[in-house]
Amino acid sequence: MAKLPILGLFNDANAAADAGDGLRSAGVSDNDFDFLTDAPYPEGAFGEREEKHKLYVYPFIGALLGLTSALLLTTMTQVAYPMVTGGKPIISLPPMAVISYEGTMLGAILFTVLGIIFESRLPNLKKGLYDTRITEGYIGVLVNAEQTQHDRVANVLNQAGAVDVKREN
Amino acid sequence: MQEGRPLSPTEINRDLLRSILDTPRWFWPVVGFLGMIVLAAAITIGVMIDRGLGITGLNRPVVWGFFITNFVFWIGISHAGVMLSAILRLAKAEWRRPATRAAEVLTIFSLITALSMPVIHTGRPWRALYWFFPYDFARGIWPNIRTPLVWDPSAIFTYLTSSTLFVLIALIPDFAVLRDHTTGMAHRIYSLLAMGWEGNPRQWKMQILSGVLLSALILPVFVSVHSIVSWDFGMAVAAKTWHSTIFAPYFVVGAVHSGVSAVAFVLIILRYIYGWQEYIRHEHIDALGRLLIVVATGWFYFFVMEVIFGIYGREADEIAVRELQFFIWPISGWTLVFVITTYFIPVALWLNRAARRNLWIMSLACISVNIGMWLERYIIIVPGLTNRGVFTFTWNNYVPQFPEMIIIGATFAFVSMLLLLFSRVFPLVPLYDIKEGEFLRTEVKIGRRVVPATFRED
Repeated sequence: MAKLPILGLFNDANAAADAGDGLRSAGVSDNDFDFLTDAPYPEGAFGEREEKHKLYVYPFIGALLGLTSALLLTTMTQVAYPMVTGGKPIISLPPMAVISYEGTMLGAILFTVLGIIFESRLPNLKKGLYDTRITEGYIGVLVNAEQTQHDRVANVLNQAGAVDVKREN
Repeated sequence: MQEGRPLSPTEINRDLLRSILDTPRWFWPVVGFLGMIVLAAAITIGVMIDRGLGITGLNRPVVWGFFITNFVFWIGISHAGVMLSAILRLAKAEWRRPATRAAEVLTIFSLITALSMPVIHTGRPWRALYWFFPYDFARGIWPNIRTPLVWDPSAIFTYLTSSTLFVLIALIPDFAVLRDHTTGMAHRIYSLLAMGWEGNPRQWKMQILSGVLLSALILPVFVSVHSIVSWDFGMAVAAKTWHSTIFAPYFVVGAVHSGVSAVAFVLIILRYIYGWQEYIRHEHIDALGRLLIVVATGWFYFFVMEVIFGIYGREADEIAVRELQFFIWPISGWTLVFVITTYFIPVALWLNRAARRNLWIMSLACISVNIGMWLERYIIIVPGLTNRGVFTFTWNNYVPQFPEMIIIGATFAFVSMLLLLFSRVFPLVPLYDIKEGEFLRTEVKIGRRVVPATFRED
C-alpha cells in the first residue's frame, strides 16, 4: 500500500524531539519522517538521522573543469594569432596564470552551487503536505506512513504535544 | 550579540518583510527621483557617444580621469560583501547576522556600476566586446590575455557571478517565507524561486555548508579582484608612480576600508527608513567601527609605504609626481583633504565608544571615509598621468567637465535606486539568520553575574 503524508505541528523544539522519539518507538523508520523548520536548528536537535552528502566533490570537479577550460582558452588563443610582445614567449605562464586562476575559481563556485541545489533535492516539484505556520516558527514533523497506520501516528504526535495534525486530502 | 530583546519568529517575519509587504509612502517618489538622475546620466552618455570624449576633460596625457577613478572606487565598495559576509561567517562572528545580505547585495550592485564605467569610458562602448569577449571577431585576432585590461573583466565577472549565486542560494529559505506570506502572482513567483523549499534538516545542512563553502571559495576571488584592478596601474611601466609592487595589497585593504564604511552607512540608513532598531542595533555599528579602526590603520600603513617606496629611489620623474601630489595646489589641497577624511577624522572618532554608538557620528565618519577614498583613487590616477612623461613639455592638466560629474553622481543614485528596489522585493536582512541567532542565545550565571552567551556549533 502506498505511503501517505501526515504532518504534526509543534510550537516547541522539545515537543518535536519527543514526537521523533515516539515515532521511533512506534516502529516508524528514521527515513519515513522529517522535521520542517524555518531556521537551522543545531544538528541532532531533534534526534534526526544523519544526512550523508557528497557536496565536497563538486568544487573539485568544477575547479578541474574551470582550470582546463581557462588553460585551453589562453593557450589556444595565443597560438591562433601568435603576437610577440616585448620579445616574450608566445605561451607564457605568468599572464595565463591570472585567467587560469579565475577560471578555476569560477568553475569551483558554479559547480558548488549546482551541488548545493542538487544535494538539497531541489527543485522539489512535488507539492507535498505543508503548513505555512512553519515559517511562523512552528516545527513540522512530516511522516510518511501507510494509511492504516495514520491513526497510530496521529496519536503519537498528539501525545507529544502537537498543536495540529494535518493529513493530505 | 546580546543587546536587544528576544524576538519571536512572527515578529521577525513581520518586521523584516515590512519593506516588501507594505510599501512606505516615500518609496516610489524617492525611487523616481533617483531614476531621474540616472536618466540624466543616460542622456549624457548618449550625448558623449554622439559628440565624442572631447566633451569631457580627458586629453593627452591624462587619458584616465573621473571614469576610471569611479571604476576603482566602486570595485572598492564591492569588497564589503565578502568582508562582512564571508570572513565573519567563517569566523562565526555573531554580529554579522543583520549585515550580511545588505553587504552582499551592495557588492553586486557596486560591481555592475563599476563594470559600466570603463565601458562608458571607451567612448565607443560596442567596441569593448572586441577587447574582452573570448571570440575572434575579425582576422583571427583574439583578446590579448597578457594585459590587466583583459584580466579585469575575467576577475570582475567571476566575482559578480559568485556573489550573485551566493546571494541567491542564501535567499532560497527567505523566498519560502515570502511564498507563505503572499497570494496571487507574487505567491507564484516566490514559489518558483523557492523551488519547493520545505526546511527539512538536509536542506538546512546544505544551506549552512553552502555558506561556509562559498565563503571559503569567494575569499580568494575577493583578494584577486582588486589586486587585478590595481595591476591596471601596477603593471603599467610608463606611469612611474603606478609601477609599484605595493599596489595589490594597498588597493585590497583600501577597498575593504571604503566598502565596510559604505555598508555601515547603508545599515544605518536601513535601520532608520524601515524601523529595524531591533535588528540593526548600536552594538552592530559599534563592532563595525572597531573593525574599521584596524582596517583603516592597515590601509594607512600601505599608503605610507607606497609613498616611501616611490621616493626612496629619488628618480626625477617619480619625485615630480610626488611633488605635484603633495606640494602643488590644487592637488596638494585634495591630498590633505583625502588623508584627513580617510584616516584621521574617522579613526579619531572610532576610538571613542560613545562616538561609535552614535549613529549620526558614525554616518558622518563613514561618508568622510568614502569621500577620502574616492579622492585617493583620483590622486593616484590623475597626477600620475599629468606629470607622466620624462619631458615636462608633455605635462598637462586635467579639468573635469560637467558630463563627467553628472555620470559620476548618477552612479551613486543608481546604486541607491537598485538597493531600494531590491528591498521592495527581497528581504535585506536574512530572516533565518536572525531567527537562528535568537534561539542560539542564552544567559549564563557566573558567580553573582548573569552574562549573555551564545551557543556556537562547530
